[in-house]
Amino acid sequence: MNLQLTQISHSYDGLEVLREIDLTIPAGKIVCIVGPSGCGKSTLLRLIGGLERPSNGHVLQLGSPPSHSLNPLTYIFQDFALLPWRSVAGNISLALEDHNLTANEIEDIIGDVLARTKLADFRDAFPKQLSGGMKQRVAIARALAVRPAVMLMDEPLSALDSQTRELLMDDLIGLWSREKFTAVYVTHNLSEAVRLGHSIVILSGRPGRIREIVEIDTPLDQRQLGDPELERQQQHLWQLMRDEAEAADKELIHV
Amino acid sequence: MSDRGSADNQRVVEFRGGGFAPHPRRWIGLAVFVVLVLFVEAGTRAGLISNLTLPRPSDVFATFVELFQSGLLWKHLFPSITRLIVGALMGATVGIGVGILIGLFSLIRAGLVPLVAAIFPIPKIALLPLFVIWFGIDEGSKYALIAFGTFTPTVVATYGAVDNVDRTLIRMGQSFSLPWLSIVRKIVLPGAMPGILSGLRVSLAIAIILLVAAEMLGAEYGIGAYILEAGSLYDLERLFVGVAILSILGVCVSTILTLVEKRLLRWRV
Repeated sequence: MNLQLTQISHSYDGLEVLREIDLTIPAGKIVCIVGPSGCGKSTLLRLIGGLERPSNGHVLQLGSPPSHSLNPLTYIFQDFALLPWRSVAGNISLALEDHNLTANEIEDIIGDVLARTKLADFRDAFPKQLSGGMKQRVAIARALAVRPAVMLMDEPLSALDSQTRELLMDDLIGLWSREKFTAVYVTHNLSEAVRLGHSIVILSGRPGRIREIVEIDTPLDQRQLGDPELERQQQHLWQLMRDEAEAADKELIHV
Repeated sequence: MSDRGSADNQRVVEFRGGGFAPHPRRWIGLAVFVVLVLFVEAGTRAGLISNLTLPRPSDVFATFVELFQSGLLWKHLFPSITRLIVGALMGATVGIGVGILIGLFSLIRAGLVPLVAAIFPIPKIALLPLFVIWFGIDEGSKYALIAFGTFTPTVVATYGAVDNVDRTLIRMGQSFSLPWLSIVRKIVLPGAMPGILSGLRVSLAIAIILLVAAEMLGAEYGIGAYILEAGSLYDLERLFVGVAILSILGVCVSTILTLVEKRLLRWRV
């Protein structure tokens, strides 16, 4: 299932945040969206998944999602969004409970996704007992449990320290290599973008427009930390963004 | 700096952190209470405090034992606790229900919040005669008074608690296409539970206060009736027995709530 964005524009109370975004998200690829702060990249992600309605334009699903998919468009949030009163297994089962699955089926799915995210030993732990990286693994497990057609990741690693970030990036690459999921990955971190993105969409400052789309052909599992080619790409992205990031930094916040 | 100089000058960096973090100290509360009672006992025995100002604690205790032995204690306590439970249960249930509705629906919020704000400051005791006309001089008016008194603080605490539920969790629920009812049941309600329970602490204390007021009219038995009778006779020993029973009742209610909180809010840090 591909997603197609046509002429998406969005404004909040007259403040234009996104202008005429045209973008195709091809199945089985990771599309990274980067841009200066306040350029509307998180808003764009909420529009893609239907958590917000665009002022103009629309998001199309081309083709139907695979029949086994319980929740075709599934988010992973920056702040994890785990229910503190449910255990790891309980948080995952939350996403499964309203789908007429038997208790056994739910158990099987939970066991499977916990194994895939290396969380099997933490099944009964509560979120407050887990480190940030573990919490995000739970959120990833929960997203995998509903077999999404497209994963919508909103700065999933931004709340984590840089070491945990490296570990989770490796995990994400591992998960993708095993099962080629489609993802839209919003980040402000260019090194994440060049490590995880098949294509990288650079948004301009507000109102966000597509400035450039950079394709990176190196296969995900061959991208290493400190790879000169990736460094070069990252440098190129930074050149494109630098001035706008500076301008965004100096902007007054309009509440 | 020379070696000798630094040796002469060295000192441990002064500790200036700490504090501002209350932690439980067992028995201190009880000790304060015991010291206070012993002080009054000594004062009354020594004649520093006249018997007209404060009754002697040992006399109050003797009166309590007498009340217990005569079997009148249960005769007073039973109707009071029944009134408290029925009234508070009605008030809290309706209060939590209305509070959740206010929290969830803008229309209900717009309609009811001003009304609740208008009802809140009314001293419910003032309405007792009205309740007697509406619900009769028997148990009905007493239930109504206690229920009405617990209702308003419960509503305010509940919709405040619903408002404070983390919106990102609700967005998460929507992003997994959870049905509306599931979001309310599995995300909003547990998320609001800490606020609702701390609201109940206030509401139930108010219920105990109103219990005495409710027993002002048409009650032969009841802790409130007992206190009011003792008060009108200036029988300070019996007055203090009644007051002590109310205090114990309050401590019991608070302990029960703490247990409920521990059970329901195990997930909290």
